[in-house]
Amino acid sequence: MTEFLQQLINGLALGSIYALIALGYTMVYGVLRFINFAHGDVFMVGAFCGFYLAPQVSRFLPAQSAAAAAVVLLLAMILCAALGILIEKLAYRPLRSRPKLTVLITAIGVSLFIEYVGQHPRVFGPSPQTFPDLVPSRNIHLGGVVISNIEVLVLALTLTLLLALRFIVMKTKIGTAMRAVSFNAPAAELMGINLDRVISFTFGLGSALAAAGGILYAMKYPSIEPLMGIMPGLKAFTAAVLGGIGNIPGAALGGLIIGVAETFVGGSTWSNYRDAIAFAILILILLFKPSGLLGKFEIEKV
Amino acid sequence: MKVKGLLLIALVACGLVSLMSPRFNPYYLDVLLGIGINIILAVSLNLINGYTGQFSLGHAGFMAVGAYVSASVTLFAGPHLLPLLGGADSFAAVPILFLLGLVPAGLVAAVVGFLVGVPSLRLRGDYLAIVTLGFGEIIRVIFQNIQAVGGPSGLKGIPPHTDFFWTYAWATIAIYAVLALVHSTYGRGFLAVHDDEVAASAVGINTTRYKVAAFVIGSFFAGIAGGLYAHLKTFIAPTVFDFMKSFDIVVMVILGGMGNTLGVILAAILLTLLPEMLRPVAEYRMILYSLLIIVLMLTRPQGLLTLHWGRRPAPTKSRTA
Repeated sequence: MTEFLQQLINGLALGSIYALIALGYTMVYGVLRFINFAHGDVFMVGAFCGFYLAPQVSRFLPAQSAAAAAVVLLLAMILCAALGILIEKLAYRPLRSRPKLTVLITAIGVSLFIEYVGQHPRVFGPSPQTFPDLVPSRNIHLGGVVISNIEVLVLALTLTLLLALRFIVMKTKIGTAMRAVSFNAPAAELMGINLDRVISFTFGLGSALAAAGGILYAMKYPSIEPLMGIMPGLKAFTAAVLGGIGNIPGAALGGLIIGVAETFVGGSTWSNYRDAIAFAILILILLFKPSGLLGKFEIEKV
Repeated sequence: MKVKGLLLIALVACGLVSLMSPRFNPYYLDVLLGIGINIILAVSLNLINGYTGQFSLGHAGFMAVGAYVSASVTLFAGPHLLPLLGGADSFAAVPILFLLGLVPAGLVAAVVGFLVGVPSLRLRGDYLAIVTLGFGEIIRVIFQNIQAVGGPSGLKGIPPHTDFFWTYAWATIAIYAVLALVHSTYGRGFLAVHDDEVAASAVGINTTRYKVAAFVIGSFFAGIAGGLYAHLKTFIAPTVFDFMKSFDIVVMVILGGMGNTLGVILAAILLTLLPEMLRPVAEYRMILYSLLIIVLMLTRPQGLLTLHWGRRPAPTKSRTA
């Protein structure tokens, strides 16, 4: 039982990181109807932003303090939001009226470009780096279950970001515009919504969440390298499809399911198939319920 | 009849060039064989992605199946079969053994293609791309976990049976098969499925059957190419056949112009030579390559080498749900 709980908490922490990445996929799909393959690489850039910012920030604020960690997180989110907006402007905007497959291939091209630039020795370099401890890690004992404070932090921060996102999407003017574009883009444009601005905002928001996910992932698994975004990116995309792509609560739910499933498979005798489980779930979902768990019926599509 | 004559001439030419190939510079010969294998891969994927319009991102998975099947035959069954065929010194023994590895490689890959294709070809566009990608990754993870074929460290010491004749003979057969198929009465169905699936099924074309047929034939040749690859490099590992390999083949098809066999062949040649020519700037090689893809999609999405002779490919249409 304790082992079950232990694995469950591990899985939820991993799953909430997938959820943060999945939200970016699902929001971009909601407004533009295409898979932003480069999203997993924005996640990687987020982790590297944290890696380079942490020593700089610790010159002004005490290292390993909550304030320093928050500043690093916020700066990384802002930088990645800018990166996301830039990618959209340069690579995707000129293709907006073209066939979806053209955009999909461009997105894969952008993803490769970020990975290879990152691997260049003068950028991040190809070998893994050790992510600094943003907060001192310690273990919390609850009954027989050992939880690291990093996992608690990951869960709490994800929940906060999800609530903030929900507020932005449901209560603010730009969030309403996002929902309108996702519901019917041409009609939204006729109603005077600035499509370019909404799309830029969506990319910025999604990329900021990916950056947060990247830093949390790096805190949990402190070895970072330029290709670290590929697998979490593909799995988060799977999570978005599992929850019903275009659906925000769906992406969060899908992320948690994938994270928990992966952790339990990783802890079983089938542990070698850990990386395949997300794809197996994806294939089953697409074959039997292509709209995903919460897809279509939910009105709230972004 | 005329085309069949050309096929025969091409095969004989392959044999003749192959007789001279020991005199070639080994490096050039290696690149030349790599080009041939990529031609098989690109032409066979072109049948699926280009002519039939079903976007697959899992071609390397089928290549992996072929590579592992053929390498298993020559490595594990080879020592038992060679004496039956007259020993290693006999003129025909090695070619027959190689063929006994390659043909099952293609057939098993085709069966896997059938098993993957039947369920996934119900999906369209982005979703089909993702599911084929997922299947490709699953195939890779499965090979990673079969200890009999080396698991994650791969198979070493595969006999170097791939030569000029085998590579280009199979390339010729692949080109012939794809061209003969799409230009036959039956094969018009592939183009119909590509141009408008709803209209095609409305005039009585069994679209699922065509899609699966394209997938199975494409997978067969991918399996053959995998077998040739294994016996060229003499080493295979699951990581060789990852998503990047699939994507390389997709780029060849796009660069050549979807559904344009001549363009795709030229693109396969160009994209095999390009990394070799960029060797002096190795650090920037892949950055340039990815930049090329982006610029190409922004400026010439119909393909770089879309030439104005022969049949022009039908414009690709987007179908958003």
